[in-house]
Amino acid sequence: MSDTVPKPRPRPTPTSQPYWDALRDERIVVQRCRACDHWVHYPRSRCSKCLSDQLVFQVVDGAATVYTFTVARQATAPPFVDEVPQIITIVELAEGVRFTTNLVDVAPEDVRVGMRVQPVFDHGDDGMTLLRYRPA
Amino acid sequence: MGLRGEAAIVGVADYPSERVYSGTRQFSLEQWADLSSRALADAGIASSEVNGIVCVGDVSESAMFHPATIAEYCGWSLDYAERVDLGGASAVAAVWRAAAAIELGICDVVVVTCTGRPKPELPSASPQERARTVNASSWTWGSPQSEFEVPYGDIPPNVGFAFYASRYHALYGNEPADHLARAKIAADQRTSACMNPNAAFFGKPITPEDVLASRLIADPLHILEIVMLCHGGGSVVLASKARAQRCPKRPVFLTGCGEHLAHKTPTYSVDEIPRTPISYVADRAFAMSGIDRSDIDMLQLYDCYTITVLLTIEQSGFCDPGGGLDLVRRNDLSYKGSFPVNTHGGMLGMGQPGFAGGLSMVLEATRQIRGECGNRQVRKHDTAYITGTGGIMSEQAALIVQGA
Ligand SMILES: [Zn+2]
Repeated sequence: MSDTVPKPRPRPTPTSQPYWDALRDERIVVQRCRACDHWVHYPRSRCSKCLSDQLVFQVVDGAATVYTFTVARQATAPPFVDEVPQIITIVELAEGVRFTTNLVDVAPEDVRVGMRVQPVFDHGDDGMTLLRYRPA
Repeated sequence: MGLRGEAAIVGVADYPSERVYSGTRQFSLEQWADLSSRALADAGIASSEVNGIVCVGDVSESAMFHPATIAEYCGWSLDYAERVDLGGASAVAAVWRAAAAIELGICDVVVVTCTGRPKPELPSASPQERARTVNASSWTWGSPQSEFEVPYGDIPPNVGFAFYASRYHALYGNEPADHLARAKIAADQRTSACMNPNAAFFGKPITPEDVLASRLIADPLHILEIVMLCHGGGSVVLASKARAQRCPKRPVFLTGCGEHLAHKTPTYSVDEIPRTPISYVADRAFAMSGIDRSDIDMLQLYDCYTITVLLTIEQSGFCDPGGGLDLVRRNDLSYKGSFPVNTHGGMLGMGQPGFAGGLSMVLEATRQIRGECGNRQVRKHDTAYITGTGGIMSEQAALIVQGA
């Protein structure tokens, strides 16, 4: 029964739409501030370092390292019961930005802080693409 | 600059922490009035003297205007009122705000109450709420959390605290003995809970090995190092020095405080995990109070998880970063030990009655300093360091209190 609970899905905003559109095309874009060069994620209307509105999406290759992680041994919420044990991580890109994501194609016991990971584009039936990661 | 130590805690009261509440359900306003009247009785202060309140976001009958709703209900004419929205740090943050308002001279008796018993429910209440299956605090369209965290199963709070614990251990020690040291925090606090009949885990001692043998919830955190929600409530009355001198019990003066926050979700912490906000707060609070860490007789630290306590001890400057595991191994953290932490059992031993869990640290420090703690009384009991933590290490606040 629990696997019938619908999963919460991202609902893009006018500001974040280019990020989600890019994921659907299997590209990763991150905002960069023209005023101070700061990389900004999640997408914002103003820079989280200098509050400039000169933010421009730039394509990045998405190669990352595991910054920290956990393994949800019980579902964090009913919609995720079918994904247990779910590896939930923060990954860090070379640009310094961090994403909340999941690791796939790896056993929970093999995950380490600092391990190198690469993007996996997980296309959903609803037209949304989640950015997950697997060992590089 | 800062507090001058001219406002004191003069009254405290709480409900026992209960896993199952079988009494008559009361609305949060009714609980507010009841708990406050008990704390005022403890202070020997009449309700008519109350001229300030600080509440937290637990007045569930109202979407807003909480202070005015409480004032009207309790019949208080207030010169200062505030609602604090700092999650688990709210209670500690409320207490320093009350002291600051008193020192400013705009009021002289302030009540801080946190309600935590179940409220009456209409059978047909809020179908929307019942249908909600994901416990995220930011839920609506446009919330970064709902867009960038929730779809990946990053639902607070276990995941976020596990993020801190994983990276902490990767940096400072990931051997079984290191995890056993973290687990010892829960075991030592349980020793204290076994001396507190109001604790949900009263009479149930555990060992560090029991903690690590308990169910793994979110690596590396086990069920016995995660707070259990329960029912309860607490209240604190603060008064000016002049008013405190006419109160029957030993006044407990606030001499230092501070708070800091910068993120909501750990993914976007501007500080490298596991650095937490308290690292900005402790030095300021100690400088304000004019006392040293070595002068502190006990620590009452917000303990939603073992890792929270470990990081708070380290980053409050009681040892170096990464030195907390060794400090825990070398010291008995119970009420009878060399480094007493959460002498009432903390929320890990007592249960977490909502926002009142964070207030329990203030109540315990007050009762210890008064010398009212019976068989869990710490030997030297003049000063305490108290912290509150909200969200996922998002907001933290500290208090330094000293008995007169
Ligand atoms: Zn900028």
